Amino acid sequence: MGSETESARRLLTGWGRTAPSAAEVIRPATTEALVSALSRRPARGVIARGLGRSYGDVAQNGGGTVLDMTGLDAIHAFDPDQGTITVAAGCSLAALLDRVVAAGWFLPVTPGTRFVTVGGAIACDVHGKNHHRDGSFGEHVTALTLLTASGDMLDLTPEGTPDEFWATVGGLGLTGIVISATIQLLRVDSSAIRVDTERTADLAETFAKLRASDDTYRYSVAWLDCAAAGRLGRGIAIQGDHATRDEVDSVPPVPGLKPRISSPRWLSLAPILRSPAISILNEVHFRRARTAAGQIEAIEPFFYPLDAVGDWNRMYGRGGFLQYQFVVPLDREDVVHTALELLHRERIRSTLAVLKRFGPGSRAPLSFPMLGWTLALDIALPAPRAARVLAAIDEHVAESGGRVYLAKDSRLRQELVDVMNPRLPEWNTVRRRLDPDGVFQQDLARRLGLTGASP
Amino acid sequence: MNDAFGLPSRIVVLGGGSEIGQAIVAAIVAEKPADVVLAGRTPVTLPDVPAARSLERIEFDATATESHGAFFDSLFAAGDVDLVVLAFGVVGEQAVAEQDPAAAVEIAMTNYVGAVSSLTHVSTRLAAQGHGTIVVLSSVAGQKARRSNSVYGSSKAGLDAFTEGLQLASLGTGVGVIHVRPGFVKTKMTANLKAAPFATTAEAVATAVVAELGKGNRTVWVPAILRPVMWLIRAMPPRVLRSL
Ligand SMILES: Cc1cc2nc3c(=O)[nH]c(=O)nc-3n(C[C@H](O)[C@H](O)[C@H](O)COP(=O)(O)OP(=O)(O)OC[C@H]3O[C@@H](n4cnc5c(N)ncnc54)[C@H](O)[C@@H]3O)c2cc1C
Ligand SMILES: NC(=O)c1ccc[n+]([C@@H]2O[C@H](COP(=O)([O-])OP(=O)(O)OC[C@H]3O[C@@H](n4cnc5c(N)ncnc54)[C@H](OP(=O)(O)O)[C@@H]3O)[C@@H](O)[C@H]2O)c1
Repeated sequence: MGSETESARRLLTGWGRTAPSAAEVIRPATTEALVSALSRRPARGVIARGLGRSYGDVAQNGGGTVLDMTGLDAIHAFDPDQGTITVAAGCSLAALLDRVVAAGWFLPVTPGTRFVTVGGAIACDVHGKNHHRDGSFGEHVTALTLLTASGDMLDLTPEGTPDEFWATVGGLGLTGIVISATIQLLRVDSSAIRVDTERTADLAETFAKLRASDDTYRYSVAWLDCAAAGRLGRGIAIQGDHATRDEVDSVPPVPGLKPRISSPRWLSLAPILRSPAISILNEVHFRRARTAAGQIEAIEPFFYPLDAVGDWNRMYGRGGFLQYQFVVPLDREDVVHTALELLHRERIRSTLAVLKRFGPGSRAPLSFPMLGWTLALDIALPAPRAARVLAAIDEHVAESGGRVYLAKDSRLRQELVDVMNPRLPEWNTVRRRLDPDGVFQQDLARRLGLTGASP
Repeated sequence: MNDAFGLPSRIVVLGGGSEIGQAIVAAIVAEKPADVVLAGRTPVTLPDVPAARSLERIEFDATATESHGAFFDSLFAAGDVDLVVLAFGVVGEQAVAEQDPAAAVEIAMTNYVGAVSSLTHVSTRLAAQGHGTIVVLSSVAGQKARRSNSVYGSSKAGLDAFTEGLQLASLGTGVGVIHVRPGFVKTKMTANLKAAPFATTAEAVATAVVAELGKGNRTVWVPAILRPVMWLIRAMPPRVLRSL
């Protein structure tokens, strides 16, 4: 972590540690170094990378250049009265929290890990447990600066330059490099969360619970037990709101800039998260969760339970794992049911499954969330039948008018990309205007033919 | 690009008429459709691949090494190659090869020299694109010289060692080499030969290869029992081996 610009050919993977590819990785220490790296226009293109928390190959560029943005992480300006903050795109959400929580502000949207960059959160238009209320991350970005392929710095706003702005939000880094962004924060009385937890007996009950009570909470998800035979979709609804100041006795701790516990390298040689272990973990987890109301939780246990342990992805062993997330329209609960059934029947165990009801999608043409139900699951690899089973689920998802989350994808079939993303042509029109020569390239776009005729 | 399961988007088979090669491609596209390129000496005779997303049949002669540069350039110019199966090979006739230098040289030129040229062209290009898988079909025949097929065996021994080296060289490049050592496989290559013990099928070889996709460098014996068997055979005194 020096202040020098570093460059080396390295093997990269996403968080799931699958499908590695080698690229020239440059970590610019200054914006000038970034611009100069881009101006070299390597044959196999350039892509930005944040903290590499995407599960699949979206921040990889085999044979080309990858620009590691984490060296450019300054906080430029914070207005504690208005709750606006302007940061360099390599700034992590952890650093942002560290700065704003004490002043009574919170992230308007946060994914399940704070170790992502603002650039990554914009490029994937990430969502959190409050999507049904507050939408996705991009909807809280009031301005951003984009470095384009030609070396221009464009100041983009949602109203002033809607085409370019919304093509960049959810644009997977393919419209250019986000240099900095201004975010409107959420005013909170306390960063602690008042949480209600309730067990549900099966999937129908889980759906009913979320449908009935979602709107009364800012944050709402259900954790599903995929290992329980006969009680498919039993789960735990976890719902909460920021607590008021008098509900908390002490100032809740702000989670740190680094995980508290680190995983040793050898962990990948002794994988823990395999099938029998998963059943036991699920059972323990489910039994422990009691129906409880009004419990006060700090930021980390509520938003980032997995962040306590660094590099926990090593627990999956050398085969790595994949995360599969889709969304289907509200009236297509049956697809979620079919998905769980197919996985169960083929004995494909998931360590973690999360069900959530999304609110309406953002204006970004490639953004993932849309009004409907979203299911996310982790699957340990190798999993012999998983390729076919997930492909079968994809068909149901596509047919229902839903889609798969590209920021997490590592295995979708190219044939379904257009069907799932009807606004892809519209996005490509703007992208081509911003990057006519196809300087921005990445493994995911190659694999899925996202940018048209694959360069 | 290969996906999280190691399943490719674009596959090239060198020696596209090979029954083992065909079985491998069929097993892969059954998991996920892909673009397939079959390369062989007589393109019109190359087979169909029913589940392929697209199919191309192109001319390629393993022994015409001087043409390989242009061949692989145009192959890679058309797009990334995710998986290459090195499937060409000739078994020849031991009795003929022992007497006729030209016959012996043809075996060596195809199985060893042609493979060395192809693999060098392929591995450098895959390393440049930063990802890819190479499947090499060597053979248990390369593990120990036998009276009945030592000329063929010697060419496979060379290929086997070359492939081991390729695995070492590809570490950290994003390229994975699946080194396959099949025993006797019932295909047109072996149609005139008496089946050896532990004889297997092209489909079994394919299943074993698919199971290793996406795992980097791997070495597989098909069937798996051949690994300890060959270990024993290598330890046998020449007196016993002479009769095999
Ligand atoms: C434990 C865990 C929980 C998660 N939970 C959620 C969740 O609840 N909701 C959700 O939506 N996602 C979730 N994710 C996914 C994660 O939030 C996204 O993948 C996020 O984009 C990762 O950010 P990153 O900085 O690591 O970016 P990377 O993974 O490095 O890159 C992601 C994309 O952003 C682009 N990018 C990065 N920086 C820039 C830049 N400066 N300019 C332009 N493009 C850039 C890259 O090119 C790439 O396309 C989770 C991931 C993990 C590991
Ligand atoms: N069958 C076995 O028992 C066995 C066991 C171990 C290893 N192997 C190896 O596995 C590979 C595939 O074998 P297989 O059983 O599938 O045999 P196969 O069906 O006979 O296929 C071999 C293919 O190689 C092609 N070929 C030969 N010379 C060539 C050249 N100079 N240029 C391009 N192509 C050429 C042949 O094409 P043409 O049609 O042009 O002749 C044929 O299609 C071979 O390398 C073989 O040595 C086989």
